[in-house]
Amino acid sequence: MSKGKVFVVTSGKGGVGKTTTSASVAAGLALAGKKTVVIDFDVGLRNLDLILGCERKVVFDFIQALKKECKLNQAIIHVKQISDNLYMIPASQTRDKDHLTHEGVKEIISQLAEEFDYVICDSPAGIEKGAKMAMYFADEAIVVTNPEISSVRDSDRILGFLDSSTRLAEEEGKRIPQHLLITRYSPDRVESGEMLSIQDIDDILSIPLVGVIPESRVVLDSSNQGKPVVLNSQDPAGQAYEDVIKRLLGDDVPMRFTEIEKKSFLGRLFGGR
Amino acid sequence: MSGIFTFWRANKKTSASIAKDRLQVLVAHERSANQQPEWMPKMQREILDVIRKYVPIASDDLKMEVRNEGENVSVIEINVDYPIGK
Repeated sequence: MSKGKVFVVTSGKGGVGKTTTSASVAAGLALAGKKTVVIDFDVGLRNLDLILGCERKVVFDFIQALKKECKLNQAIIHVKQISDNLYMIPASQTRDKDHLTHEGVKEIISQLAEEFDYVICDSPAGIEKGAKMAMYFADEAIVVTNPEISSVRDSDRILGFLDSSTRLAEEEGKRIPQHLLITRYSPDRVESGEMLSIQDIDDILSIPLVGVIPESRVVLDSSNQGKPVVLNSQDPAGQAYEDVIKRLLGDDVPMRFTEIEKKSFLGRLFGGR
Repeated sequence: MSGIFTFWRANKKTSASIAKDRLQVLVAHERSANQQPEWMPKMQREILDVIRKYVPIASDDLKMEVRNEGENVSVIEINVDYPIGK
């Protein structure tokens, strides 16, 4: 029996890019040939289906599968317009998150881990039940942080929960590997001293960096179209997500888009700064 | 940006460095608060009430901390500052 790897994408604070990241990481892993399923844990505020462009294919959901009101396979959507290897399970839009029970979530995740190479759990914001459940059965965590004071503080809170409130922590006393993903980074604003730098964030959170996604207009554009940013290989944000996938798969890829782009000689002469 | 602006900035704290300083203090405080046992705040209030029967102290004159000393021993440290002559 092969055992897939379970990732949680979490942050504490809302609106920092968890769902964008879950969609791009899942799509990127699938395109790299890994059979991947991504689960939306945000019960009542389903959105991953929109970001993956499969909102019209939703029939059954996570809670229905958990409560055995449908077969697990019926709740799994094949996102084949992106990749043959990509699958997703939508959150329930109408049911209560109290239906998320340890036993139920455990059963589903362990079944998925047998069938898939990667199981990505897209956590809701906050530290309530949905977020706790999304992280509980994870083997590794991706903590999404904006270079912004409240996001860094909330990430630190989440790191505390990741240390103590996962199955591996409670049963085996192990700390699951944690990866920091900085999103919406603007090197020029860091240079001018109005944005926390990668180093500043590292000094406070001190967990290994898995990637830095630069601020990009393309992210909104991708959401509008239901195509994860990682598919846009022309844009720095898409390329930065491609690098994240390579690092998750064990390649040592240097960070890009973390410094101000040097302007050409003529650009410097006429561009002004 | 050219030299003269960099010089000007060197004398003035950037807002990012203010954010970092604030975060470092806050995060250190919250981490230690999260490591305290759940019964600590209640015990702290009760001890404060007992002391106040005898000595008039402010709530931040009482400082309590739980430290792990080796594998099987934790130490509760209680420090009370109180004004003399009252």
